[in-house]
Amino acid sequence: MKTKTVMILLLALAAANIAIFFFNPEKALSVIFISKNYILEMLSILPPILILIGLFDVWVPKSFIEKAMGKASRLKGILFSILVGTAAMGPLYVAFPLGRSFLKKGASLFNVSIFLCVWASIKIPMILFEIKFLGADFAGLRLALTIPSIIAISWILSFILKGDGIYETA
Amino acid sequence: MFALIIWILSALVLAVSFYHSRENTKDALKVSLKFFRALALSILMIVWSIGFLMTFLPSEAILNTVGQQAGIKGMVLAAFFGSLVLIQAFIAFPLAGAFLRQGADVRAIAAFVTTLVMVGVATAPLEIKFFGKRFTLWRNCLSFIFAIIIALIIGAVLR
Repeated sequence: MKTKTVMILLLALAAANIAIFFFNPEKALSVIFISKNYILEMLSILPPILILIGLFDVWVPKSFIEKAMGKASRLKGILFSILVGTAAMGPLYVAFPLGRSFLKKGASLFNVSIFLCVWASIKIPMILFEIKFLGADFAGLRLALTIPSIIAISWILSFILKGDGIYETA
Repeated sequence: MFALIIWILSALVLAVSFYHSRENTKDALKVSLKFFRALALSILMIVWSIGFLMTFLPSEAILNTVGQQAGIKGMVLAAFFGSLVLIQAFIAFPLAGAFLRQGADVRAIAAFVTTLVMVGVATAPLEIKFFGKRFTLWRNCLSFIFAIIIALIIGAVLR
């Protein structure tokens, strides 16, 4: 989305929030309060993660990523992508810039897609939480189904987007 | 706790980097800043939208639509709901567990949890920024379809 579009939407949200304030101040404040909590939560982890991404961009050589996640990496590439996705921490919007630097450094679209989906859905603390609240049967079965699904999604995705040259060099 | 670990880790790595090369570290921080600029406004927009959503969407209404009698329709609705909202998994799992105990359909819960983590309509603008429209559209659509398949299998096994 363009910066201008985002600015317009932000102004619309602000206008809506002010309008609601006149009809129902309690709700308007609740919107602000919830948003503030999320912003604080994000700011508590975003800066260090961005610093790590910047350092990664400068220090990790292209040849290493090319070898570990490139077209010729095969099974090792899949395992490496799953490992990085699981081990890394933070919300999905942090994975986007990192995934893009992987692509820039020669990783295959297939492996970057695996990395993104794994990052989004498989996290050890998250699994522990799921077991606690939804039961081990549910969590275990979902995990067992998620991994092959991610590989299938990424395979179909890389097949569909094969012709799009920009994704190889983006 | 987790935040603290990340801060300490990045401070350590930054210190090591600075010790080895002042130039590289400066370049690295420039990259970080560039990403921050690309993310900041979009994040503010996403978060503000969540504020509206969480304030105006009553939870009883959600439960009525994903109860056991709602069946497949409830599951698809739950999958859409999971795609739209952006809730921390740490908040979503207890919520989903509470719904399950109150009689929500296990397929609906599985669809909700799976689309919640894999499909992101709210984060799509950011994804497009980094990977383009076609990648974002296809990744999210495929994830949605597979989430439904996963939910159906879980429903069949855990019934």
